[in-house]
Amino acid sequence: MCLAIPAVVVELLDGDSAVVDLDGVRKQVSLALVEHIAVGDYVIIHVGFALQRLNVDEAEQTLALMRQLGSDALGGASAIGALP
Amino acid sequence: MKYIDEFRSGELASGLAAAMRRDASPEREYRFMEFCGGHTHAISRYGIEDLLPPNVRMIHGPGCPVCVLPIGRIDQAIRLAREQGAILATYADTLRVPASHRLTLLRAKAQGADIRMVYSTSDALSIARAHADREVVFLAIGFETTTPPTAVAVLTAAAEGLRNFSVLCNHVLTPAAMHAILAAPGGVPLDGFVGPAHVSTVIGSAPYEPFAEDYGKPVVIAGFEPLDVMRAVHMLIGQVNDGRAVVENEFTRAVTRAGNLRAQALVAEVFELRESFEWRGLGTIPASALRLRPEYAQFDAERRFTVPYRAVADNKACACGEILRGEKRPQECKIFGTVCTPENPIGSCMVSSEGACAAHYTFGRFREAAA
Repeated sequence: MCLAIPAVVVELLDGDSAVVDLDGVRKQVSLALVEHIAVGDYVIIHVGFALQRLNVDEAEQTLALMRQLGSDALGGASAIGALP
Repeated sequence: MKYIDEFRSGELASGLAAAMRRDASPEREYRFMEFCGGHTHAISRYGIEDLLPPNVRMIHGPGCPVCVLPIGRIDQAIRLAREQGAILATYADTLRVPASHRLTLLRAKAQGADIRMVYSTSDALSIARAHADREVVFLAIGFETTTPPTAVAVLTAAAEGLRNFSVLCNHVLTPAAMHAILAAPGGVPLDGFVGPAHVSTVIGSAPYEPFAEDYGKPVVIAGFEPLDVMRAVHMLIGQVNDGRAVVENEFTRAVTRAGNLRAQALVAEVFELRESFEWRGLGTIPASALRLRPEYAQFDAERRFTVPYRAVADNKACACGEILRGEKRPQECKIFGTVCTPENPIGSCMVSSEGACAAHYTFGRFREAAA
């Protein structure tokens, strides 16, 4: 029920809405719950509404930390490479 | 998909599993509740339990709006459609929830009631605009994630003067349910919570601080992807080992301490606290749900129509109550997987894909068979 997915904003429309793209699937969503959204931003979509902007820097940092933790725990022997 | 696939990497998962094995003390048990159905689903679907150390146990929480909606609420919706002739619009999740008299919204629809599935509240508004001569009621369910879109719908209807639109409001509050679980006498012993993902994008991380401060329970907010859940469990293990109990945030890419202030303001404009609300499994909890403010009474289906809520007991054989409180596992219910299946659910936990029973039926039971 609370499921929501990140999608990139490709076009801003009148009336506080936008077109988002999710792997080629385009959909119109409401921006009524968020502020200062620009084309190229990732937003988290839930039941046709953008709930929050996705912080891209934080996403990358979280992944880097996960990679480091795993690499340390595996003793560096099989260091986990960067994702494609 | 960008920012989804990366958080499902098997390679990173094996690293996080190694980190958990290294850090979990073999001297003790760790019992963590994942509050959200979204986490329950991820744990089952991605087989995360197989990657956890054997002394780390995940207990499924009540954070599945479909699962905690009592029978009497679905009965109200069916009565609105049948007796008042309203068009009832609702999310797909509610259509198969068992109601009284072996009915569901889907069966009531098959018998002629005008019940329509919508993806968004804006679709419900479109139905109201297209049928000015009919009453259109939106059956609203969900936690704080799903409440702001309902608020926007009410405000839009008010701004447009849409007179035939109303909301049957069943929005419920996450912190109130967490409090009920921790305050229950003889409740399930817990060492911490995996905190909500998208609920927290709206309400922020601050509302969980009392659980750390007053109950001494660590809370780690986590995204719904498998790596998010694993990292959150790893952080919980760390807090327990250190004897700490604070709110930590794994889902920093979407959650801040304050949350989404604009969404919070819209919700506060439209809704107020109910004195109490009956939850399936958890009983009647004070200040745990929302209703429309008196200023928006004309959009409140409970004020607009005479459909009083009548409490209905659950099926006696169904263990949804104990499962929602974390006291039983799905496989410990007598009718699990035999009488009660996703095709023919008896209890609400078997309905939604994020219900503990449906998740275990679809994914988890194969682990047992293999063991």
